[in-house]
Amino acid sequence: MIDALTANQAAAIAAKLARIEVAAVYPITPQTTISEMMAEMVSRGELDARFMLMESEHSAMSALIGASYVGARTFTATSSHGLALMHEVLMWASGVRRPIVMPVAARTIGGPWNIWGEHMDVITERDVGWMQFYCENNQEVLDTVLMAYKVSEDPSVMLPAMVVIDGFILTHTVDAVSVPEQHLVDEYLPSFNPDPVLNIDDPRRFGGLIMPDWWTEFRYRIALDMEGAKKRIQEADAEFGKIFGRNYGGLVENYRTDDADVVLVIAGSAAGTAKEVVDHLRDEGLRVGVARMRVFRPFPSEEIAELNSKDVIGVFDRSYTFGDGGAMFNEVRSAMHGSDNIIKNYVGGLGGRDVTAAHIEWIFRNMLDILDNGLDRKIEWVGLRDGSGRW
Amino acid sequence: MARGGGELIREHMSGKFIIPREELMHPGHSACPGCGEPIAMRLLLKALGPRTVMNVPAGCCAVIPGVWPRYSLKIPLIDHAFECTGATSSGIRAALDAKGMNDITVVGWAGDGGTVDIGLQSLSGAIDRGTDFLYVMYDNEAYMNTGSQCSGSTPWGAWTTTTPGGNEISHRTGKKRILEMLVENGISYAATVNIAFPEDLIKRAQIAQSIRGPKFLHILSPCPSGWKMDPSKTVEVAKLATQTGMFPLYEYRDSQYQFTEEIKDRKPVEEYLRLQRRFRHLSPTQISEIQNLVDNRLRELDARMEASRK
Repeated sequence: MIDALTANQAAAIAAKLARIEVAAVYPITPQTTISEMMAEMVSRGELDARFMLMESEHSAMSALIGASYVGARTFTATSSHGLALMHEVLMWASGVRRPIVMPVAARTIGGPWNIWGEHMDVITERDVGWMQFYCENNQEVLDTVLMAYKVSEDPSVMLPAMVVIDGFILTHTVDAVSVPEQHLVDEYLPSFNPDPVLNIDDPRRFGGLIMPDWWTEFRYRIALDMEGAKKRIQEADAEFGKIFGRNYGGLVENYRTDDADVVLVIAGSAAGTAKEVVDHLRDEGLRVGVARMRVFRPFPSEEIAELNSKDVIGVFDRSYTFGDGGAMFNEVRSAMHGSDNIIKNYVGGLGGRDVTAAHIEWIFRNMLDILDNGLDRKIEWVGLRDGSGRW
Repeated sequence: MARGGGELIREHMSGKFIIPREELMHPGHSACPGCGEPIAMRLLLKALGPRTVMNVPAGCCAVIPGVWPRYSLKIPLIDHAFECTGATSSGIRAALDAKGMNDITVVGWAGDGGTVDIGLQSLSGAIDRGTDFLYVMYDNEAYMNTGSQCSGSTPWGAWTTTTPGGNEISHRTGKKRILEMLVENGISYAATVNIAFPEDLIKRAQIAQSIRGPKFLHILSPCPSGWKMDPSKTVEVAKLATQTGMFPLYEYRDSQYQFTEEIKDRKPVEEYLRLQRRFRHLSPTQISEIQNLVDNRLRELDARMEASRK
């Protein structure tokens, strides 16, 4: 069935289709409509889940960690300051291996106040042991929530996952979404049966004190399983394609990159705009392509390294980590270490500013210029009012 | 002096009161000598029985049950961050209910700092949600696991490492009245209990267990290293806390307050204070100030009980 849905509605419907058992919610713009829709579904009896109103995002995540130990499939959603407030318990969730799935309506973090979209909130949480899926459109949001449960709950993974939804651009924009049949979702996503699970007849302690003599081994297991999740994500994507007739190319979606001279690495909704621009420039005979970073954690180092043969790589960061370039730029550069291609960082789309086709076209033409004339700047802030934006 | 196990068993034989024999806390825990917490834990688990799940935040309670892979309790235990005991209990309860395990008792067990300070928001939320659980605050009157820093439950005048003079301007009001705060928050049942009154502790715990909704027990639990006292006097000091009125035992039940341990021939607070070197810097004037605070507090509690009966 095709419905007209916002990405937030798609996320809530995905939670229902996943037969979540415990939800904990707390409002924050632009996530709130997910929580509201969950509440409506529960009150109408369409969703058989324990639904908890929390007094903060920190508490929402804490409640889900507790519920997950008992073997319940859990769900919450958040954004921005809420995600930042969760920071401590995000690390608890991954550290004690709870496969919680959480859509994040990606938004900037104040101050000063700004409620609009960018990736700063999720990028800031890139190192906390959560998988991160960046969605291009509303259909992908619904599908990725289901895939995320599949991968997270895999006994070889048992790590939580964020499903990143660009704030307002996707969360509040209606698009055509194919809602899968429940029996097909049940076939794809079996019930959650963790082992070990909290059992009154086999009393164990979960998350207790670990001394230095074992801590490194516990951390190593997380690192190992995060690495192993790459294969699980590819399998989950392929299996999704078999059952539902669409999939997303695993960790990185390459769009017209085969014969491209310059490739733009980009994540989220702006990738859709970038593909459109690629088609338009291809009509002019320009050999450009897009590598859409669909999964940022685990980091797709092999897929990115395959772009080694391209002469110029641009990396678009919809956030800025206040160091030497954006986070995605630095990780892409690191994955290409040793290759002799040119890598440039483009920063834009911050705090709700649109990433337009004109911006993307400018980026591609700049990369083609670099192809001929060499690198002009390492970091370029795109579309600054005074036109400077570079050092 | 507190009565020993032999006397309790004799009482049991005479039919006066039964302390369950089943041990759910085993030897091998890592508490300091004379710590009140394992006494409180052992009694509470005896009262609640084996169909109990507990969650604990940071604090001494995260260390005492043992270091992985050793574990001294015979119930499932979940460790979590400092400020989220109430929220974690809510989540455990929700999942147990979703799985049809409604008969299991959920206990959030936290220290005083983890309750009246950093955990207050989460506890308030759990009460607001009507979570069916028992929240236990073992009160050793400071952040003892980090080495005796002042908490919102430190009594007026006590030395801590962050109130080295005893009476710092940052902690003038003395112990937060957590029980009354939670009553105003809408809690179903609340009581103060004391490890030196084990029969009462067990009775209150079992009453709490029999009531649906959020319940609260406030347990006084001496900390010999933090209170700077002889670790062999834990029970004696705890008993004096109640006998002097420093820690009165009372409950809130069916919308009424009542004393659960009548204080006959109340002793002067000095008898309690002088056994603990955390109070030794106090001048006679300051000790009479504490006496006044306790007198006023008991008068106020009397009035509160009177009012709740009307």
